Amino acid sequence: MERRTIFGGWLLPVALVLPQLLVTIFFFLLPAARAIYSSFTETDAFGLHTRFVGLDNFVSLFSDSGYRDSFVTTAIFCALVTFLALALALLLAVFADHEIRGRSIYRVLLIWPYAVAPAVSAVLWVFVMHPQVGLIGRWLNQIGINWDYTLNGSQALGLVIVAGAWTQVSYNFVFFLAGLQSIPASVIEAAWMDGARGLRRFRTIILPLLMPTTFFLLIVNLVYAAFETFGTIMALTHGGPGQATETLVVKVYRDGVINLDLAGSSAQSAVLMIIVIGLTALQFRFLDRRTLS
Amino acid sequence: MRRRFDWPAYLILSLGVVLFVFPVWLVFAGATQDPGAINRGDLSLMPDFAHLGIFLSVLLHGDSSHGAEPVWHMMMISAAMALVIAVGKIVISVLSAYAVVFFRFPFRMLAFWTIFITLMLPVEVRIIPTYAVMADFHLINTFAGLTVPLLASATATLLFRQVYLAIPDELVESARMDGAGPIRFLFDMLIPVSGANIAALFVILFVFGWNQYLWPLLVATDSRLDTIVIGIVQLMNEGFTLTPWNTMMAMAVLSILPPIVVVVAMQRWFVKGLTEVEK
Repeated sequence: MERRTIFGGWLLPVALVLPQLLVTIFFFLLPAARAIYSSFTETDAFGLHTRFVGLDNFVSLFSDSGYRDSFVTTAIFCALVTFLALALALLLAVFADHEIRGRSIYRVLLIWPYAVAPAVSAVLWVFVMHPQVGLIGRWLNQIGINWDYTLNGSQALGLVIVAGAWTQVSYNFVFFLAGLQSIPASVIEAAWMDGARGLRRFRTIILPLLMPTTFFLLIVNLVYAAFETFGTIMALTHGGPGQATETLVVKVYRDGVINLDLAGSSAQSAVLMIIVIGLTALQFRFLDRRTLS
Repeated sequence: MRRRFDWPAYLILSLGVVLFVFPVWLVFAGATQDPGAINRGDLSLMPDFAHLGIFLSVLLHGDSSHGAEPVWHMMMISAAMALVIAVGKIVISVLSAYAVVFFRFPFRMLAFWTIFITLMLPVEVRIIPTYAVMADFHLINTFAGLTVPLLASATATLLFRQVYLAIPDELVESARMDGAGPIRFLFDMLIPVSGANIAALFVILFVFGWNQYLWPLLVATDSRLDTIVIGIVQLMNEGFTLTPWNTMMAMAVLSILPPIVVVVAMQRWFVKGLTEVEK
């Protein structure tokens, strides 16, 4: 990140970088440091004494079956949201790349859902799937399927997965379409001459060329599913019924903000931090490789 | 290659559009219907055009039975929050990227990495201590508390840094020959050059700001600071029987309109920008 031509003086640049730095230090670094600190300590019930307890908070966290369940729920949730959102977006992007009439209208009609807040998309899905009020939910019950996501844990998980993926498809669609459009027409034509058409052309030519985009999206979607679906889950199920839809972020909110368990939620925060750092590192490692090549 | 009617493309794309439009259409249609009928399970896909006035009355009064703020007030808070966050993040990031790329100053790299690290610390991983810091600064239940802590942006800083690094040295040199100081260079040169990036980021950040949920939930419990997103989810959770269904549906439709308008109106920049920003 070096430039040859630069301006002199250091007072101005320090002043320019200061606003961002202050926000970062006070609202990001300081709280994160406090979270790490309290994950290694324990405060008595009166808040008078704080003592260092080493890894005790983490040991009790992982020996709690509720937390392990939440890990499993999060893994299933993230995997399925990511898969659904990627698969559907890829399918739509492949066809939106065809030269058909009105394709720019189709594109707009597939891009706008990016603007819908995850929490509001959950509200929309309530009116579709609610067992008494929702159009499809009621219909399912009429044809004899016992549908009630407010009582049935796996139905609840299924619904938050669908609602979570629904909001993310547009984002992926934009990237897949850009990826497809950057494949040179000559490559496609050459494949056509060689007799590779339809599904075979897609599998042997297009898909490998889309791999960088797919890998990038995979990580972005995992981060989205793990963190940004908090609103979706809170609006639809509140993590319930029971703990059926309690992902790690919902749990850290429930334990920290509602149950005021400082040590436990700090330890959970530290675990989440490790997960985000891992995912971000993967993403940047990959990005660097691509900009170099 | 002879052109045939590409019916699979039309079919798949239309199904995709239906999948996205259906829930919104349903909620739009439901808003105009009788709440009693909806409650009995008679939600229909056919809107009752005689009752389109519901949108206006919800906008002006909201759910008055509840003591909640009127919907226009929630939308104003959302709009103010989205605008301050979008503009603030862009300004702060332009300035720091400019400083890092065009100057040498003590701890420059440390400053850069400090900004970069925010990528790895979303609110979710520091919920309780962030609340404590906010309380220390007396920022709970203030508009500043709702916006200022969200202004740091590693993504935007990285993007502008990339743009500035790509500017040829000759251009910088000739600007200096013309006697442009650092401030004039920033305004007359860098900002115009990155206009398209700024427009794209604006769309992304406006949507980001408008759609915030966890942050306002955490730092603003005062109903006068309720955003529209917070307002709806709250009604949904507590008011399953208290709030008329059609009111809630009208609110949902109103809440998604402004960000959709921004995305559609600026879609050219948005699509180009999104793929460049790479989050």
